[in-house]
Amino acid sequence: MRTESIQPPPEAKNSETVTLHINGEARTLSVKPWVTLLDALRENLDLTGTKKGCDHGQCGACTVICDGKRILSCLSLAVMKDGAEITTIEGVAPTGDLHPLQKAFIEHDAFQCGYCTPGQICSAIGMFKEGKAHTEAEVKELMSGNLCRCGANTNIINAIMEVKNGGNYE
Amino acid sequence: MNDFNFYKSQGISDAVEKIADQPDAKFIAGGTNLIDLLKYNLMTVSTLVDVNSIKEDTLSETDGAVLLNAFATNANTAYHPIIEERYPLLSKAILAGASAQIRNMASNGGNLLQKTRCYYYYDANTPCNKREPGSGCSAINGYNRNLAILGTSDHCIAVFPSDMCVALAALNATVCVTGPDGDRKIPFSEFHRLPGNTPHIDNNLLTAELITGIELPSKGFEKNYSYLKLRDRNSYAFALISVATAMELENNQITEIRIALGGVAAKPWRVQKAEDFLVGKTPTKENFALAAELIVEGAKGFEFNAFKIELAKRAIIRNCLMALNPASQLPGAQPSA
Ligand SMILES: Cc1cc2nc3c(=O)[nH]c(=O)nc-3n(C[C@H](O)[C@H](O)[C@H](O)COP(=O)(O)OP(=O)(O)OC[C@H]3O[C@@H](n4cnc5c(N)ncnc54)[C@H](O)[C@@H]3O)c2cc1C
Ligand code: SF4
Ligand code: FES
Ligand code: FES
Repeated sequence: MRTESIQPPPEAKNSETVTLHINGEARTLSVKPWVTLLDALRENLDLTGTKKGCDHGQCGACTVICDGKRILSCLSLAVMKDGAEITTIEGVAPTGDLHPLQKAFIEHDAFQCGYCTPGQICSAIGMFKEGKAHTEAEVKELMSGNLCRCGANTNIINAIMEVKNGGNYE
Repeated sequence: MNDFNFYKSQGISDAVEKIADQPDAKFIAGGTNLIDLLKYNLMTVSTLVDVNSIKEDTLSETDGAVLLNAFATNANTAYHPIIEERYPLLSKAILAGASAQIRNMASNGGNLLQKTRCYYYYDANTPCNKREPGSGCSAINGYNRNLAILGTSDHCIAVFPSDMCVALAALNATVCVTGPDGDRKIPFSEFHRLPGNTPHIDNNLLTAELITGIELPSKGFEKNYSYLKLRDRNSYAFALISVATAMELENNQITEIRIALGGVAAKPWRVQKAEDFLVGKTPTKENFALAAELIVEGAKGFEFNAFKIELAKRAIIRNCLMALNPASQLPGAQPSA
């Protein structure tokens, strides 16, 4: 039923040079304006820890921390993040170590396939930084942007609550 | 997505000029709705004009009124101490929408301009008058569970899906815009449009007009307020019905009340007659029930959403009772009391 065709834009599209500070390292890359942060991470920078679930903002698998806030990389354009500080799952803990949430996820069996896990962990780190989740009900509400297709939610919330109650989440 | 250019604007007038020059250019703020629509090829753009560099504070206060920055994020707005203290209804409504990640990205201006979530609008293979004027409406005789019961026309029964805007309607907010012809202010009730025979026009913003702020009158109804959101799952879902109630009481009598509904129409729905009826009455279930009848007067159900008429009435009663005791409310705008 759709009749209009997609018109190419009038001017030539140039790639833009963008510098992203990813996991503490400045990475400069050349991207087209329509490349999402998610695709830039996975395809240009080989950081495949960040996952593409839905690509439409509906699952949270692509969650990263940008300038201290958890965001969805699938709905962000790389060109709009020039100069930003970005933490992905690859950068949540020093090399060779695990973040307390990573340890807790293992202890609580907080995954089955593991596809949602990087997003869950980055999201929980962002939630701790926001400091708005005090009760378990609030944790559940503020983690609702991360779906788990395997249904490991109960263990995910248990793992997050353990780290939260331990007070050690940096 | 189609191929497009990107331009980082340097300020309000720069952004407006850039858009005015190019018919198919669009502003981009959080991108949470626009990038999604571009990915579905429901829209095409020549240039995206990034308005994020227009950085100011989340809000400013003058003479008791508050001006929200249009470019501030929904999260920073909802968690701002002034909003939490003086306009908790707005805070609650924002926090009932989308997810924490999306609220960290979404801007206040963009929230007012988000597109409907009608299934057929998103399916480019089906007729839709909003997407393609004159092609027909697939929803009227289709699957219309999440669509409107009030203010519909034979051309479109879409719902405007924002939560934040339901609270803004109850608070009598004003939208501040700047366009090629200068600045103007639009009262909230006149911002969004009912479909009539032009369902492709969602609101009264003109081409190249940029939303710069949202004014909140000094009255925030911080003592008696509630936002209730009913949906198919408890969180991270659009409303089937939502209700914002802002109330003022004196000696157990209602001196002022505002009731706005979301999920029922192409704009937040308020009925003056129902609010007038409640003034001077006691805040009882019976009185709220009578007001609820007035609010849904003229509602029309379709095959899969007729249940929303009864649901709306019950949600109004429940939410007005919840407004009597805000402290008892649960996170996520769920039913309590
Ligand atoms: C999975 C998902 C679930 C969601 N659930 C909810 C929900 O439950 N409740 C709810 O209320 N919302 C929900 N949302 C919608 C979300 O709140 C909106 O997408 C968001 O508010 C849009 O703001 P933005 O800054 O990202 O807009 P953008 O995507 O940047 O822009 C949206 C539109 O506004 C225009 N625009 C942006 N800023 C301005 C401005 N200042 N002046 C003029 N034009 C402008 C753009 O050109 C574009 O047309 C959900 C979104 C997603 C993806
Ligand atoms: S209800 Fe409106 S948006 Fe949905 S198919 Fe009909 S015309 Fe399109
Ligand atoms: S991939 Fe970004 S939310 Fe699903
Ligand atoms: S572990 Fe499989 S999606 Fe969560």
